[in-house]
Amino acid sequence: MDVQYINPFLEGTLHVVKTMAFIDARPGKPFLKRDNSAKGDISGIIGIAGSARGSFALSFSEGCILRIVSNMLGEEITQVNSDIEDAVGELTNMVSGAARQRLDVMGISLSAAIPTVVRGKDHCIVHTLGGPSIIIPFETDNGNFVADVCMRKNDI
Amino acid sequence: MDKAGKVLVVDDFSTMRKVIRNLLKQLGYENIVEAEDGVAALEVLRSQKIDFVISDWNMPNMSGLELLKQVRADGSLSKTPFLMVTAETLKDNVVEAVKAGVDNYIVKPFTADVLSEKIGQIEKKRG
Repeated sequence: MDVQYINPFLEGTLHVVKTMAFIDARPGKPFLKRDNSAKGDISGIIGIAGSARGSFALSFSEGCILRIVSNMLGEEITQVNSDIEDAVGELTNMVSGAARQRLDVMGISLSAAIPTVVRGKDHCIVHTLGGPSIIIPFETDNGNFVADVCMRKNDI
Repeated sequence: MDKAGKVLVVDDFSTMRKVIRNLLKQLGYENIVEAEDGVAALEVLRSQKIDFVISDWNMPNMSGLELLKQVRADGSLSKTPFLMVTAETLKDNVVEAVKAGVDNYIVKPFTADVLSEKIGQIEKKRG
């Protein structure tokens, strides 16, 4: 896992959550994750390919994603439903896009697949490269979420 | 575009359709219809008068780019203003969309101000 991929995903996540949900998330210190466990109640994961490859996931606590989606839609949502699942997929897609724009400037050109969403207690994030991945934790006033990045430059 | 005009919002994510609908309402547009992909959008376009299309790029069944090509190839729809929504600004994608006749593009996520600016640029260009 190359650390040059961390900042684009961190900045992309902050930008998307701020623009879509008007929330200033507070990033914590990134750390290495060696297992498949998701660090949240609902996750979106998207495959990435190009001059590097791997996958990226966003995992949200329930309280956090309910606030984010309520703010996005301008209506109070009090339980995880199909709107929430849909929004997690779209947020994952948008953060991936925002990060890929930043990586493109660094000469790393990437494309992404369509995201999938997983939910439930103790669900897993299965990265295309198997792992390990870097977790970037974020705090909000309504709970935490993480960006889970597993990327590697292609072998030449 | 006249605020009374009918806007077609095309996106496979229902939350994104709602977000764009809310932004359009903030800008004063009330006449909004939705479609979940390019195939459904073409049905809408061929069954009612649409004044403006806002379409996502990356969708299953029929992408925004393919929808744009079909709209431009259809004599009765070809003049419809078309704003493409993308998750990234990769140069190749932009060039491809411009070649296919897109009026403008907007990168997700965006605010009502940016959407208003993009619609305004299209109006100005079209006179």
